[in-house]
Amino acid sequence: MSLRRLNLGTKPLSWHRKCIAVLQKDLRLEFRTRYAFGALIMFAVTTLVAISFSLAGGMADTDIAAALLWIIFFFSAMTGVSRAFVQEEETGTAIALKMAADPAPVFLGKFLFNAALLISIAVLVVPLYLVMFNLSVAIVGGFLLTVLLGVVGLAAAGTILSAIAAQSAVKGSLLTVLSLPIVLPLLIGATSATRTALSGSNPGSIMTYISMLLFYNGSVIAASLLLFEYVWHE
Amino acid sequence: MTAVIVASFLYVPAIPGFGATGETARIIIYHVPAAWLAVLAYLVATIYSVAYLLSRDSGHDRRAVVNAELGTVFCILATVTGAIWSRAAWGMYWNWDPRQTSIAVLLLIYAAYFVLRSAISDVVRRARLSAVYAILAFVTVPFLVFVVPRTFPSLHPDLGADGSRVSAMSPEVLVVFVASLICFTGLYLWLQNIQVRLHDLQARRLLERGNTSWGS
Repeated sequence: MSLRRLNLGTKPLSWHRKCIAVLQKDLRLEFRTRYAFGALIMFAVTTLVAISFSLAGGMADTDIAAALLWIIFFFSAMTGVSRAFVQEEETGTAIALKMAADPAPVFLGKFLFNAALLISIAVLVVPLYLVMFNLSVAIVGGFLLTVLLGVVGLAAAGTILSAIAAQSAVKGSLLTVLSLPIVLPLLIGATSATRTALSGSNPGSIMTYISMLLFYNGSVIAASLLLFEYVWHE
Repeated sequence: MTAVIVASFLYVPAIPGFGATGETARIIIYHVPAAWLAVLAYLVATIYSVAYLLSRDSGHDRRAVVNAELGTVFCILATVTGAIWSRAAWGMYWNWDPRQTSIAVLLLIYAAYFVLRSAISDVVRRARLSAVYAILAFVTVPFLVFVVPRTFPSLHPDLGADGSRVSAMSPEVLVVFVASLICFTGLYLWLQNIQVRLHDLQARRLLERGNTSWGS
């Protein structure tokens, strides 16, 4: 990693520079192997293909289609988000990271990385999803906003929960168990909003759902920022 | 408590308008206090979790666990009584009514809390991480309890925002209901007391044994 590019110098880094440094480190690592990204894409595509094939065409029912999208996002998030901390533990870099930065920039950097990861997955999955299930979106802006907010919320909850799960014995399955109760309000809001956006019925309600998603994201991010310090440091 | 149970069947008259004979409404005397305690126990567990993170006193962690255990019991009671009433009133045990969803998610939170605790073997780390989880999950509870039922239409007979339903109860029902609320809370406090003392004694015994384990 080029020090000059980061403009590190020798003075202590400010808060947001540390955050960007963590983000850049993770992005760079991810670009080398593209492990998490590949796993997520494969998961999402396989699910879509399997269901679309068995339905042999379109899915008329927007309720089920909306739920399906968020099932895919949820399980993709569970698969991909854990990489952020489990890899630190496995490669032994966790201690170095703990010494190098305060908890809050580390959390923000990892969160932004996971958000970027999930957003890039969403960019690829959503068109595929619309095509495979032959859906047309009634409220385009609302739909895109819902996907963005939902995915960011999944990243936020997933980041801190994967930090917790990474310190336990059974890393993978524990993350899913832990995140379900916490992510459920997000999933409920996102599914309802997606359903409204796809079908176009009762369009006024979509703002209610979107504001619910916004508040949820805000509270989870705020709580995670406050709590992350206790997860990170012994 | 016995008086409450007896009274709930003999003293309280059937409330007209609830089901065919009005009998089904009796469950309010059990269901509401159980649900109320499930949430209260979780609130207390969260407070102890915060106290633990600030003070690192393991006594707080023990109390948090005790409250979580009690909360789980009351949550199961609330869910089951709710499902029974739902079957009697609406014909099916479970239909993801928003209120049902919220109590189910509370149950999931409790379950996940205990799964997390069982997955970590180091005692101090376990206390710290489960405290963080309890607090994080608590952040989402207001969404479940307040936002979701008001955003989505619910069939659940709701306490009006100003508690209007409470005052709409006939005096006999009100008396037994409040008595039940008090009795359930008393039961909870008593159980909590016993469990906390038990856990404290166990912890102390472990500590003492640890000091002499090489000798014995």
